[in-house]
Amino acid sequence: MTNMLHRFANPTRFLKLADAIRPWAFAVALLGIGVGLVWGLLFSPPDYQQGNTVRIMYVHVPSAWMAMFIYGCMAVASATALIWKHPVADLVAKASAPVGAGFTALCLVTGSLWGQPMWGTWWVWDARLTSVLILFFLYLGYIALWQAFDDPAKAGRAAAILALVGAVNIPIIKFSVDWWNTLHQPASVVTMAGPKIAASILWPLLLMALGFTAYYIALLCVRVKAEIMARRARQLRLLANT
Amino acid sequence: MNAFIAVVRRDLRLAFAQGGAATMAALFFVLAVTLFPLGVGPESQVLARIGGGVIWVAALLAAMLSLDRLFQADYEDGSLDLLLLSPLPPSLLVLAKCLAHWLVTGLPLAIIAPVLALLMNMDAHATPTLLAAMLLGTPALSLIGSIGAALTVGIRRGGVLLSLLVLPLFIPTLIFGAGAVEAASTGLGANAYLLILAALSMLALVLAPLASAAALKLAAE
Repeated sequence: MTNMLHRFANPTRFLKLADAIRPWAFAVALLGIGVGLVWGLLFSPPDYQQGNTVRIMYVHVPSAWMAMFIYGCMAVASATALIWKHPVADLVAKASAPVGAGFTALCLVTGSLWGQPMWGTWWVWDARLTSVLILFFLYLGYIALWQAFDDPAKAGRAAAILALVGAVNIPIIKFSVDWWNTLHQPASVVTMAGPKIAASILWPLLLMALGFTAYYIALLCVRVKAEIMARRARQLRLLANT
Repeated sequence: MNAFIAVVRRDLRLAFAQGGAATMAALFFVLAVTLFPLGVGPESQVLARIGGGVIWVAALLAAMLSLDRLFQADYEDGSLDLLLLSPLPPSLLVLAKCLAHWLVTGLPLAIIAPVLALLMNMDAHATPTLLAAMLLGTPALSLIGSIGAALTVGIRRGGVLLSLLVLPLFIPTLIFGAGAVEAASTGLGANAYLLILAALSMLALVLAPLASAAALKLAAE
C-alpha cells in the first residue's frame, strides 16, 4: 500500500497514470450522467406524493454525496501529504477543492429548488442544510488559504491542516438527519437494512452517482496535470530569473 | 509546568500592560449588543426573544477580533521562534496562550453577559444558564480560534482570512450556546445543551492545540 503510495509520488509517473485514466473517466461520466439523466427524468416513475418534483433528487442526492465524498478525499489526501510529504497528494487535495465546492453549491441550489414546492420554503435552518452550508464555507476557506501564501509548499501544508480540522464536520453532516429530528428526511439509500427506495428510482440514482464520481476523477486528472505543469513553469521562471 | 505558567503570566502581563486587548474585546461586545435594540426596535418582547442569540453572536465576533493578535505580535518581534525553541512542547505553548487569551477575553465576556441580558430584557431564569453556557463555550472559541490564528500568522493582512476560516468552525458552539439560553427561557431543561457545549470545549482542548502547533511550526520555518 505505502509502496504504491511512493510509486506515484513521482509526478511524471502520476501524469502517465492520469493520462491513461482521463479518457475512460470522461467516457464513464458522460455515459453515467447521460443515461442516468434520461432514465431519471423521463422513464422513472413519479413519486406518489411528490409527483414529478421528485426528479430533482437525481441531481440533488448525488451532488450531496459528492460534496461529502470529495471533502473526504481532500482530507485523506491532506493527511497523506502531511504524514508522508507526498507531493502529488498535496495537488490532489488542492485540485479537489473547487470541484467539491461546485458540487456543494449544486446540492444547495437543487435542494432549495426542491424545498420550495415540497416544504413551501426555499430554505430552512435545519441541521442538515446548515451543516452542508458550513461545508461550503469550509471549501471556500480552504481555497482562500491556498491563495494567501506565495510559497506553494507552505500553502499546501497550511491548507492540509485546515482540511483535517474541517473534516470533523463530515460525520456531523452524515448523521445530522438521524440525530436531530428535522424537516430533511433521514437516510434512505445507505441504511443498515438496505435501500428503502424502489429499484426503478434507485438505478438511475446510482448511475448518476457513478457518472458524477467519474466526472470528479476526470476533472482531477485534468486539474492535477495543470497544477504540475504550472509548478514546472514556476520553477523554470525562477531558474530563468537567477 | 513552570514554563507553561511562565508563558501564561507573560501573555497576561503583556495584555494588561498594553491595556488594549482585554478591554477592547469587552467594549466591542457591549457595543455590538447595544446596536441590536437600536436596529430592530426597542420592543421588549422582541429583544427578550432574540437576546440569547444576539449575545452569543456578539461574543463570537468579539472573541474573533482579538484572535489575530494571538500569535501575530510574537511572530513579528521574533519571540515566537524562541518560544518554539523552549523546552515547552508546541502544543502546550498553544494551550498556554489560549488560556491567557481566554482569561483576557472569554472570561470577561462571560461575566458581562448577564448584564447585557438585563439590557436585552431577557427572562431572569435564563441568566444563570447564559452565564454557564458562556463559561463552558468560550474556551472552545479561544481554542478553535487558535487554529485559524496559527494558520494565518505569516500572512499579510490575515485578519479577514482568519474570520473566513474560523467562523464556520464556531457555528456549533453558537448553535448550542444560543440553544441553551433559548431552552432555559422557554422553561425546558438546558442541561443537554450545556453538556454538549462542555463536550465541544473538551474536544477542542484535545485537538486544537495539536493542529495549532503544527501550523505554528510551519509558520516559524
